[in-house]
Amino acid sequence: MLDYVTSYLSSNTTPGQAGNLVWALIYILIVFGGVSVAVMAMNWLERKALAHFQIRLGPMRVGPHGLLQPIADAIKLLTKEDIIPERADRLVFWIAPLIILCASFAVYVVIPFGPTHAITDLNIGILFMLGVSSLSVLGVVMAGWASNSHYPLIGSLRSSAQMISYEVAMGLAVVSAILMTSLNPSGTGTLSMIGIVEAQQQQQIWYLFKFFPLGFIAFAIFAIAMVAETNRAPFDLPEAESELTAGFHTEYSGLRWSLFMLGEYAAMIAVSSIAVTLWLGGWLRPFPNALTGATWDLAFSLFPGFLFLSLAAVAWVGVIRMPKHPYFRIQTLGLAGFGSVLGLIGLVLFVPPVRDRIQDIFWFTAKVAFFMYMYIWYRATFPRYRFDQLMRVGWKVLLPISLAVLIGTAVAGMVL
Amino acid sequence: MPDSTPHPSPLELGSPDKTFLDSNELILNMGPQHPATHGVLRVILKLDGEKVLGVECVIGYLHRGVEKIGENRTYAMFNPYVDRMDYVAAVSNGLGYCETVEKLLQIEAPPRANYIRVILTELNRLASHMLWLGTHALDIGAMTPLFYTFRDREEILKIFEKYCGARLTTHAFRIGGCLYETYDGFEHDVKKFIDFVPPKIDEYEELLTSNRIWVERTKNVGNISAADCKALGVTGPVLRASGVKWDIRKALPYAAYPDFDFEIPVGANGDTYDRYLVRMQEMRQSLRIIRQAVEGLPEGPIMAKVPKVMKPPAGEVYHSIEAPKGELGYFIVSDGSTQPYRVRVRPPSFVNLQALDLMVRGQLVADVIAVIGTLDIVLGEVDR
Repeated sequence: MLDYVTSYLSSNTTPGQAGNLVWALIYILIVFGGVSVAVMAMNWLERKALAHFQIRLGPMRVGPHGLLQPIADAIKLLTKEDIIPERADRLVFWIAPLIILCASFAVYVVIPFGPTHAITDLNIGILFMLGVSSLSVLGVVMAGWASNSHYPLIGSLRSSAQMISYEVAMGLAVVSAILMTSLNPSGTGTLSMIGIVEAQQQQQIWYLFKFFPLGFIAFAIFAIAMVAETNRAPFDLPEAESELTAGFHTEYSGLRWSLFMLGEYAAMIAVSSIAVTLWLGGWLRPFPNALTGATWDLAFSLFPGFLFLSLAAVAWVGVIRMPKHPYFRIQTLGLAGFGSVLGLIGLVLFVPPVRDRIQDIFWFTAKVAFFMYMYIWYRATFPRYRFDQLMRVGWKVLLPISLAVLIGTAVAGMVL
Repeated sequence: MPDSTPHPSPLELGSPDKTFLDSNELILNMGPQHPATHGVLRVILKLDGEKVLGVECVIGYLHRGVEKIGENRTYAMFNPYVDRMDYVAAVSNGLGYCETVEKLLQIEAPPRANYIRVILTELNRLASHMLWLGTHALDIGAMTPLFYTFRDREEILKIFEKYCGARLTTHAFRIGGCLYETYDGFEHDVKKFIDFVPPKIDEYEELLTSNRIWVERTKNVGNISAADCKALGVTGPVLRASGVKWDIRKALPYAAYPDFDFEIPVGANGDTYDRYLVRMQEMRQSLRIIRQAVEGLPEGPIMAKVPKVMKPPAGEVYHSIEAPKGELGYFIVSDGSTQPYRVRVRPPSFVNLQALDLMVRGQLVADVIAVIGTLDIVLGEVDR
């Protein structure tokens, strides 16, 4: 048994490929826990960043700078009365949030956080991701139907039309990136998520810059379509607050509502991960060509540790600047504890074996975090599209451009 | 079953055992508790998919009988009640009422009082337009302008608070002039404000005016022609955006408006975007008026000679002013006693709201929200 467990440590593949169930389970637990924590962090960050865009402070009361607000929210949502409308279809009403949750979490099976840091590496990875993530439409339609109410119904119809339309442009953009993988020295393309990143490594270029501007346009189309796919501003019509109160989850409350939110944020992280994998070189560190050599490798591998240390320093400056009134004692202690944890993480990240293993995950997460920030930025800046305009953008603008890019990429691949 | 509604509903709601699955038409009830109906407006929409076939407004949820109250109060006692109609432009309401009673009593406010009235009314127009812009943008999905406009509206409310102690329902004017002399530093505060605001208006415009999504959401949405506006009695920025150069400040001048040089911005197409542009320009014109008024603020008394007991001669009077939302008129009938025989208010929001059905027919659900926002209604004024 012990051999079975330890044998994986020396292998050079993902636990799924190695067929090691124990490690696969451990990875699943880590990923599930990590994504849940990331969703909470994103929730806090969104409220904080959005508040600062809008000259507000955002959460400030629960914990230092509202750091514990997501936990307080979670407790509130879990203990809330669970309402099912009288005329609702109880079974479907109950299943809908679970479908959305499962669909958005199942995607993480193939996301490569590093060359070996994935639960498994399917040879049809990207197809699996697109397929499973689009299953969440089903949950949305079911939620809207089961509520037996007008606003959710309209919201869910809008949502299903929108998600299906944008998947077309999204899929074509993905295909153009996959075409680029066949320009390997080995001459065969791949659909595997790890394979796609490795192809970028072998070709010495992120696909964002490949055949400039073709790769960039494909990336831009994907970046727009993924916002629509996850129903976020400015494409948040299904839950357009001012028109449909809350869209397909108007009738949901408490735990079930929080499942919808968890699913939505998990889906946002998942599609951002696709974008990072396909165009931004996945776990590869920035400037792989311009800044090469052992020194730069070392410098980049030290970067995560320094980042955490500087975050810890920021927290500690906050501790020092806290008012010395007894009223703020718990806040000060909390912030000090938070700073210490960050500092400890930073120190651990300097240990060479950890450093080597973690830096892939770090760069991947940093790139995904960039997309998460963009989501918040869009939400603070843009008004909302109208339904017909949204459809027009999807079918008449994004689709032709992505087709042209696909053809252009194929031609460029043949000629260049 | 006898029809309980006083007039046949344009929507013909159909028999209760028919559901929306039996036809393509869907009756959607929006409000009175809905985030985008600006208070307690209830709108019943008849939809074909997302397309609006008809709209019926149900109003009266905020009815407080203001006009009836007026019959049971003396002229001076009724003054604070009018502030509660359009509560985001309380100063304009007060100005209209005071001037109407002054007309009835045949007295005239002294020039200094008129100048103070103009400054405060125009500041209030800015505050009202800022609130409109924030909520309108929020309805269309842009969250951030709301907070920016509220930040700047706060500065106006601070001036009001320093002047008369109240921020929203100010009761700033009295019949015959103003009760309060300007406080020390009033002119400085106002001048500081008019230097502070133009960059802020630029900031709003930067977020919205050339924003592609904003333009697409508002261009050719809720169009209304000048002829329809006139037929329905629509006034204010909605009328001006349709190309009619009608502003009571110029057409039937009151207070100190003849002394000032300003322009009336007009639109061309009468769509939501034009109404937005007209209101944005009106904000800048208001600043122009305030600057002229505060620089030329004359010395002198602020109160005319008003009898202690106001007993206007029997008769009737109609007087209207240009409130931020349109023509605000007061019709007062006096029977020679200390209380009005009848007070009738012509509120701009109430009249403008009647254009909603015409403006949204054949458009989409999302446009209904945009049009309710662009009409700039305040339910306190619609229901009174």
